[in-house]
Amino acid sequence: MMQKIKKIKKPLAVIGILFLLLFPVIITSSYYLHVMILAGIYVVLSLSLNLITGYTGQLCLGHAAFFGIGAYAGALLMVNVHMNFFFALICSFIISGIFGLLLGIPALRLRGDYLAIVTLGFGEIVHLVFVNWTELTNGPMGIRSIPGPSLFGIELDGNQEFYYLILIITALVLFLLNRLVNSGFGMAMQTIKADEIAAESIGIYPVKYKLIAFILSSGLAGLAGCFYASYISYISPTTFVYNTSVTILAMVVLGGLGSLTGSVIGGVVLTLLPEVLRSISDYRMIFFGALMIIMMIFKPEGFWGVSKRVKNIYKIKAGGAQNERDYESR
Amino acid sequence: MSEIMRADNVSMIFGGLTAVDNISLTMEDNEILSLIGPNGAGKTTFFNMLTGVYQPTFGTITFYGENITKLKPYERVAKGISRTFQNIRLFSSMTTLENLLVAHPKCNSENIGRVLLGGKKLKKARQEIVEECEEILEIVGLKDKEDELATNLSYGKQRLLEIGRALATNPKLVLLDEPGAGMNSMEKEELSTLIRYITQKMDKKVLLIEHDMRFVMGISDRILVLDHGELIANGKPEEIQQNQMVIEAYLGKGMTDEE
Ligand SMILES: Nc1ncnc2c1ncn2[C@@H]1O[C@H](COP(=O)(O)OP(=O)(O)OP(=O)(O)O)[C@@H](O)[C@H]1O
Ligand SMILES: [Mg+2]
Repeated sequence: MMQKIKKIKKPLAVIGILFLLLFPVIITSSYYLHVMILAGIYVVLSLSLNLITGYTGQLCLGHAAFFGIGAYAGALLMVNVHMNFFFALICSFIISGIFGLLLGIPALRLRGDYLAIVTLGFGEIVHLVFVNWTELTNGPMGIRSIPGPSLFGIELDGNQEFYYLILIITALVLFLLNRLVNSGFGMAMQTIKADEIAAESIGIYPVKYKLIAFILSSGLAGLAGCFYASYISYISPTTFVYNTSVTILAMVVLGGLGSLTGSVIGGVVLTLLPEVLRSISDYRMIFFGALMIIMMIFKPEGFWGVSKRVKNIYKIKAGGAQNERDYESR
Repeated sequence: MSEIMRADNVSMIFGGLTAVDNISLTMEDNEILSLIGPNGAGKTTFFNMLTGVYQPTFGTITFYGENITKLKPYERVAKGISRTFQNIRLFSSMTTLENLLVAHPKCNSENIGRVLLGGKKLKKARQEIVEECEEILEIVGLKDKEDELATNLSYGKQRLLEIGRALATNPKLVLLDEPGAGMNSMEKEELSTLIRYITQKMDKKVLLIEHDMRFVMGISDRILVLDHGELIANGKPEEIQQNQMVIEAYLGKGMTDEE
């Protein structure tokens, strides 16, 4: 069975990539394109949350706040200072990352449920700031007319352009995170999730990894937020609420904690599902909830859990294993 | 003979309970030192103070002449102290090899920027780390199990893997908390050989806690006996066997020393 999957893995990947590249050409419906772009944004969000929750083991219930901080930072920079989209993207990453650091510092002392409550509180506070700091955020009215990207004077604000942009961003994030989690650094992160005392006993300083995970995670969420703001061209506080945090968390958990592939699957599936179920929108939440329960009972490690990971990948990366297949999960 | 580690008037008080009571001791070069004592005597607590899991309530701990009392566990690892746990604390969802890799100082200190950039040099550095860890696996006898998940190893092999992981940190001093617990007599025999190899061939110092008297008497150069947090005896195995206080401490507990 596994053998078969491995044989068709490469061609399948090629077909997948071709499909993604040609998607806007094949499917011209702007609605489908829109859903795909949203899926891309959510994949970045779930990938970033996976870093802190799935790999480092710190439960975070306020991820939408970072998404929002990035969106507002990006929107304000683009609207008020007329900053170029690409610079705004980087600034959103940094600004959101700084907030991640600020949340990370007190969070270091807390574990499990307590951390979850603090991050939840943080999410609520940020939401309230979006609503009430009207001079800056325009309050519940939100920010309108956020410009699209442009490069060397060429406007890139069509749906197709946005599609390719998010495709590139997602691919890049995935590529870099893949390097990160499959490194000594990534392994050290995972020891903190597994057992902090054991981690310290082999010379790993948990604070360092938690902080870096918080910074990267929130930075990437901020980047996704900036993209979102530019794409939708309008943001308001209602997007960056607890519900969104939980949705992102569900993507990570259903996809598979500690699995990048899982986050991609989780992000795509949970973005598409509500759209597919729009026709029976009355029962949507029931279906959604039922799916979660069923998954947690029958497949608690998610669609693509850690058990499917490549083992000893560090050795493979060191060129140690002649045949990567030997090290695939059995 | 030079001094490896010294504890001066070290005490650990948990609320009203004095788990370790004003202990002073030194560990000299070229000796396998053992810590014995009835259940609850404070042996593990003493280890936890040596490794920095607990800060002693009173007293100081010196390692190669340096006061390390205030250092955190991960800082002490960098100084050259590593340990195993009485209740095995492996990374169960990682493979045998991965458990060692992640303990290797060059692996877990990989620079994030370098990791993201990748490249040939990184690959080569990693290759060396992998080779070193595989060497250690060879020594502890787990080379053929390197791709096995730690959780799937037998209990005795998990204990060996913990020793391997402790060695991967490149320590000067290895603290073993009941390394033979749960092992059969043949495995214990191999364990003795391994500990001798670690001290003689790898030039590492070993301090161990063990309940199995035959094992302890066979391997130790010197034995310390703790009872109710107090150091009641300190001497060569033969001396300890004769020591009246030690016999009382154990008999008083009804010889329930073999769990
Ligand atoms: N964190 C802690 N808080 C409170 N009491 C503790 C703590 N750790 C240990 N103790 C107590 O300190 C005493 C010594 O415990 P310790 O684990 O050091 O004994 P030990 O000699 O290792 O025993 P064993 O042979 O059973 O492993 C025990 O009474 C124990 O209950
Ligand atoms: Mg103990």
